[in-house]
Amino acid sequence: MSGVRVLVGTRKGAFILTADGKRDSWQVSGPHFGGWEVYHVKGSPADPNRLYASQSTGWHGQVIQRSDDGGATWNPVGNKFGYATEPGEHLWYDGTPRPWQFTRVWHLEPTADDPDTVYAGAEDAALFRTTDGGQEWQELTALREHPTGPKWQPGAGGMCLHTILLDPVVKGRMFAAISAAGAFRSDDAGASWQPINRGLKSEGIPDPEAEVGHCVHRIAQHPSRPDTLFMQKHWDVMRSDDAGGSWREVSGNLPTDFGFPIDVHAHEPETIYVVPIESDLFHVPPEGRLRVYRSRTGGDDWEPLTEGLPQRDCYVNVLRDAMAVDSLDDCGVYFGTTGGQVYASADSGDSWAPIVRDLPAVLSVEVQTLP
Amino acid sequence: MIRVVLPGHLRTLASVDGEVLLDVPGAVTQRTVLDALEDRYPMLCGTIRDHDTHKRRAFVRFYACQEDLSNEPPDAPLPERVASGDEPYLVVGSMAGG
Repeated sequence: MSGVRVLVGTRKGAFILTADGKRDSWQVSGPHFGGWEVYHVKGSPADPNRLYASQSTGWHGQVIQRSDDGGATWNPVGNKFGYATEPGEHLWYDGTPRPWQFTRVWHLEPTADDPDTVYAGAEDAALFRTTDGGQEWQELTALREHPTGPKWQPGAGGMCLHTILLDPVVKGRMFAAISAAGAFRSDDAGASWQPINRGLKSEGIPDPEAEVGHCVHRIAQHPSRPDTLFMQKHWDVMRSDDAGGSWREVSGNLPTDFGFPIDVHAHEPETIYVVPIESDLFHVPPEGRLRVYRSRTGGDDWEPLTEGLPQRDCYVNVLRDAMAVDSLDDCGVYFGTTGGQVYASADSGDSWAPIVRDLPAVLSVEVQTLP
Repeated sequence: MIRVVLPGHLRTLASVDGEVLLDVPGAVTQRTVLDALEDRYPMLCGTIRDHDTHKRRAFVRFYACQEDLSNEPPDAPLPERVASGDEPYLVVGSMAGG
């Protein structure tokens, strides 16, 4: 029987949650790398037993861990993330120039066909790649060296490259998103990049047509519709049907369009999920009710999903990388909270149940569908 | 042999229990001790000092013989009792809190 493996990164280590295809009985392993912040754990599509984890602390910096047995054992691999050219300066919060400085890896994106090739998104924003299973990391400099780079500023969490989408259909096309620079597309495997922020409107940016400076929180794509992208921006849920060439708002009837994660149903490319958060001041669900919102129409028309989720006195957040879907016949949806809960739905979001309730604050959730 | 005590997180990362014993040929300085440590445990590279500049990470401190050596020159000789193995060289994750 097929099963799932949920990979959870938290403020104090990584956890691996496994279940069979029914997804009603779970085994929990961890903490792996206890005491370290684990921003992301992700498995290789080409070899589900190959996992990569990004662990870091303020004391000891960045470590990358690799497992070749589905997370049973781990080994540290290369952790040298050096900017390949003179890093230059970007804008600090106060508008003054500040040198680019590597802090940590936010996101790891293994490629579809080679378990040894992985992209890494870093803070301060830069894109790295390994082709030897993590031993050596090389920067793809074109993104950091984009002419708009000196204008980029960090979001509240840092100037992080948090989203990497490797287009499953269009060869060489990839997308990246940076807080708070915006979204970017490469059509030549990262050799060059262009901002794709046309149509984004961000209150507080003096120029409503600004090429960069938008606080993009997350982008999602369905493999069958490579030109369609969904975005949770700081405020606003957005949609593009031309690979980011233009965007339109699809927030529709959401109770608030602030939030962090966004994801797409595995089998229904017009079914998308967000977790509305009251505001950037509060970072909690509106009215203390934790609700996932689902649109079956690619946005605009949203329905709250509440069964099994706390509907009173709930004041947690769901961070940008903390939602994922599996690809079983009845699509499973997963998300983790800053309160340490990881919720799962085995019926496309109709009902939810906690897998675990008391982990450290969850930073990321990924899921592997196992044969 | 030079005795080195690592903080807990780095002992776990390097899969070692207790003190690390290092053979350091030639002059025993902070640089040669850390070079030998990283040579034997390459997963520690970058976790104590910068990969390239070898500058100490901000929240790591070095102690030996009741002295804070964190800001001493890296090529200065370590105390004789460290060189002789009577006292350990301590790599410490700095303590902060509120």
